[in-house]
Amino acid sequence: MNARARLLLAIADDELIVGWRDSEWTGIAPTLEEDVAFSSIAQNEIGHARALYQLAAAELGNDADALAFDRAPDEYRCAPFVELHLLDWAHTIARRYLYEEADRVRLDALRRSDDAELAGLAAKIDREEAYHRMHAEMWAARLRDEPRFRAAVDELWPYALGMLEPELRPELARRVGLSVESTQAIERGEHTPELAELWSTMTEVRRSAPGAAW
Amino acid sequence: MVTESQVWAAIDEIPDPEIPVISLVDLGVIRDVTVDGERVHVELTPTFLGCPALEAMTRAIEQSIAGLGGDPEVAVIQDDSWSTDRITTAGRAKLRAAGLAPPAPRAAGATTLVQLQSNAFRCPYCGSTDTKLENIFGPTPCRSLRWCETCRQPFEQFKTI
Repeated sequence: MNARARLLLAIADDELIVGWRDSEWTGIAPTLEEDVAFSSIAQNEIGHARALYQLAAAELGNDADALAFDRAPDEYRCAPFVELHLLDWAHTIARRYLYEEADRVRLDALRRSDDAELAGLAAKIDREEAYHRMHAEMWAARLRDEPRFRAAVDELWPYALGMLEPELRPELARRVGLSVESTQAIERGEHTPELAELWSTMTEVRRSAPGAAW
Repeated sequence: MVTESQVWAAIDEIPDPEIPVISLVDLGVIRDVTVDGERVHVELTPTFLGCPALEAMTRAIEQSIAGLGGDPEVAVIQDDSWSTDRITTAGRAKLRAAGLAPPAPRAAGATTLVQLQSNAFRCPYCGSTDTKLENIFGPTPCRSLRWCETCRQPFEQFKTI
């Protein structure tokens, strides 16, 4: 697999899995408005994953669904950050906030890329992400002085760093007011046990009828 | 032999699958139509990438062109060439008439929360600008939810992107 396909899959897998985690709040968010927000954000993130998988599929000669659902868990290239099954609101908002900030840094870099196809898609994705950032910033501002939220941000910081290539990390640290040197990043490559569990649920229907046309 | 203007006119009859008051041409998602003999090539740009209507749009365009006797080829272009500024004036009027506030013009940068929370948004029912943001997100990726203090009812606002 070439470097371009590896990059596309890493980003697509991040978007698919974080979208899947966001969708877990559908129906159980603390308010109806957050139910709507998390469902919509999840739909967008999975839409971004689909577009990125389509570029990767053109590179690899298969299709987006096969890339999203037919690989084994250890073949996914997502960062451990997006895999975590977070059970409380403070951690969930902390991840949304850190994810959107990291994604912004990554999209800025991609928009400047020589790869016109990827740069164009990154610009389109970024327009939609602007609304996710507003949502995350609104919550981060509301919870800024809450000890539980601060602790959740600190706890997730090494994971968030691991989402980005090392050269992009200082920019993320500057944006969120934390330090790269203060911790050891939890890097992409190894997976958490939560991914296999998520994968099992996510692909269950598709695996029940291999090769079916849906 | 099919002409480009026939194809444009036919696509202008296709309603948006999720907001059927507006046609695909009004929505601005048709980037180009070229006819080469029997073959009709259409470039379609998605609104939001997660929009599930994309496949329905593609199929409807294909059927419409086949109905004209052409051989359709629809290419989905995933770049940032679509923005809500591409919605036509006629399309904006149709949205408003259907109770869906049309998008604000796109500023130089991305929309900010301060802008969304400002009173620059007009209620499509009574015209009041005394409206407030209820939720950045709504029933589809392209809509936000607002509340009109004057006529005291919620309405949907097309997001600016």
